[in-house]
Amino acid sequence: MNRKKVMTTLAAAATLGMILGGCANTAAPEGGSTSDGGSSSINIPALTSIDTPPNAVLPAGDGKAKCEATTTLAYVGAETGANAQLGINIFNGVQLAINQHNAANPDCQVQFKKFDTEGDPNKATGPVTQATKEEGIIGVVGLPFSGESKATGNIFEQVKLVHITPAATNPGLTENGWTTFFRGLGNDAVQGPAAAKFMTDKLQAKKVYIVQDDSEYGIGLGATTAEGLGDALVGTDKVTTGQKDFSATISKIMNAKADAVFYSGYYAEGAPFDQQLVNKGYTGTFVGPDGLKDDQFIKQAGDASKNAYFTCPCIPGELIPSFEKDYKALTGIEPGTYSIEGYDAATVLLAGIDAGNQDRAKLLEWVKTYDKDGLSKHYKWNDKGELAAPTVYGYKVENGKIVPIGAIGE
Amino acid sequence: MIPTILAAAPPSSDWITLDFASLAQNFWSATFDGLTFGSIYALVALGYTLVYGVLNLINFAHSEVFILGCYGVWFTLSFLGFGPSAPNLGVGAIVVNLLLALIIGIIASALTAFLLERLAYKPLRKRNAPRLVFLITAIGASFTIQYLIFLWRGPVPEQALTMFKVKPIFEVFGTYIYNDQLLIVTAAIIMMVIIERFISKSRTGRGIRAVAQDPDTATLMGVNKEKIIITTFVIGGILAGAAALFYTMKIPSGVVYNGGFILGIKAFAAAVLGGIGNVRGALLGGLLLGLIGNYGQILLGNSQWTDVVAFLVLVLVLLFRPEGILGTSLGRSKA
Repeated sequence: MNRKKVMTTLAAAATLGMILGGCANTAAPEGGSTSDGGSSSINIPALTSIDTPPNAVLPAGDGKAKCEATTTLAYVGAETGANAQLGINIFNGVQLAINQHNAANPDCQVQFKKFDTEGDPNKATGPVTQATKEEGIIGVVGLPFSGESKATGNIFEQVKLVHITPAATNPGLTENGWTTFFRGLGNDAVQGPAAAKFMTDKLQAKKVYIVQDDSEYGIGLGATTAEGLGDALVGTDKVTTGQKDFSATISKIMNAKADAVFYSGYYAEGAPFDQQLVNKGYTGTFVGPDGLKDDQFIKQAGDASKNAYFTCPCIPGELIPSFEKDYKALTGIEPGTYSIEGYDAATVLLAGIDAGNQDRAKLLEWVKTYDKDGLSKHYKWNDKGELAAPTVYGYKVENGKIVPIGAIGE
Repeated sequence: MIPTILAAAPPSSDWITLDFASLAQNFWSATFDGLTFGSIYALVALGYTLVYGVLNLINFAHSEVFILGCYGVWFTLSFLGFGPSAPNLGVGAIVVNLLLALIIGIIASALTAFLLERLAYKPLRKRNAPRLVFLITAIGASFTIQYLIFLWRGPVPEQALTMFKVKPIFEVFGTYIYNDQLLIVTAAIIMMVIIERFISKSRTGRGIRAVAQDPDTATLMGVNKEKIIITTFVIGGILAGAAALFYTMKIPSGVVYNGGFILGIKAFAAAVLGGIGNVRGALLGGLLLGLIGNYGQILLGNSQWTDVVAFLVLVLVLLFRPEGILGTSLGRSKA
């Protein structure tokens, strides 16, 4: 009896509370200070195609290559684990390049081996050691993430095995004195200033607020972006991984009257942050780096994600028609983030094999002096292993999808 | 604002600064937001407090009782057609839908609490297990439920759902009060008052207090101890289910297998702060914890201080009042 009573009273109380909220809901004027998300004054159209270099090196080569049957390229990186999707995007790109190469060169059938690190720095040393011990492997595409790259660079270095990372962006990776590490994309020291320029120029932001998380990635990128913003920076805040309530940060942003917020971190916190920001009536733009550029961001931020822009040192491979078509034929899905970077990195190594560089020392030398166009961009590295001319792309949310809007920061 | 710009640089710059101007500027919005989240903490904290009062057991699996309520709310709303956009419904329809979600959330949480008691704790009580065994079982149950949800739903949070359009409704001290804030605080406080009255006035409530005071004597006086224990768990579950609705309202992307963990820790801290085993203490502790964390992070300049400040205050309070602010136990609670 009593329990029933409680339930009824509780429900009644809840109703009261809701009606209170509900009535107030109708009393507020429509289209008040809350926005539909998205900044109405700025509209940067989505890209529908990108220019590919006319003389881009392709995996097929001239079809006359000759090599040993043991010649092998490897992918080392996540195949499973929480961030597996990124790894899958990459090795499918590598697989496509090798398939095209082998189809065009009957006398040079390059083998492809994959080693799974789960994207975890603690687990990466095993697969990397295993890969370096296989004599046939003369070049590697990987590792995708900064943490695992940092943990394993020395192992590659000891056996002089050349490896090109298609995704790791921590600037510190090229400061280790490694001679076998090459980065196939721009690092965060490039992305930060590009993001700053993107916000002040293209998004015409006058007051930018930077919020960074507590990861190495977020802190580093927050600092380089802040530097690039100069006077346009009106305030900063720091949040923690796993944080869910951003109300205090939002209050500060609203008081600062910021018209753009840069969130330097990952989507797990960035998405609820953007959603709460828009709920509190924020009408400016929300900008984040590649750590936010994921469909999960849209899923978790809901409609608020309409105001979001992303920067990424990755090239939208889905806009290169030939690549898109072949990739889809191989995997059944559109190319993902870093697919084209994986493809291009593999192409650099395959071109080396075709040119007769068929041991580890020769292939390393080949990559060091490489100076040619790939499908996505020009590949030439400095003595530390950084690209001479990296590109950063801008992306936005349109109809619930992330679409590219062009190169930024140039 | 040179100091804040420096704060964006690597941590070598001043790592601790006090920004009173910012606190003054953001005081009221920090207060309202703090009260909103504080109410949610308080509702969950009651679950810890009641069970502790009756069984002297810290029910660590209460955070999973809460998160299953969130899943109940989420499944109901997504079944009812709620999506990432605010629904295009009249106020009445929204209220009905949310009530339905509330009921399902409450059922999910209460059922979890019920099963937890029956499957995990009752067998231990039957065998007169030492208190440490209860504690380990609670932790084990928490992980078990968490990873069962993980296996069922995967590591990624559910699609965020918007229950209604969040709008400012009026202004106090130059700060907007939003409809969701008002709703959550009002509803939570009403529920707390009802529970308080129920514990102090009703027959079952007297039973709960009697068992909390002295289970053996209570049994001799004709109180059905087993029934009281299960009722206590279910009441905790009901409140957690209500908290689940409000939490999902504020943080739509929070429905994930380990989403209850941090909130559970905070609610437990709130219960201890107010005085564990004390119903009013849970309310006070929850609201205080919400406020202190918010003031602290604004004063110290960034959100990374929230938990440092909140738990520092908790430790300080316990140094001087080891029983918590209101101190008295459930059994001795007045009125």
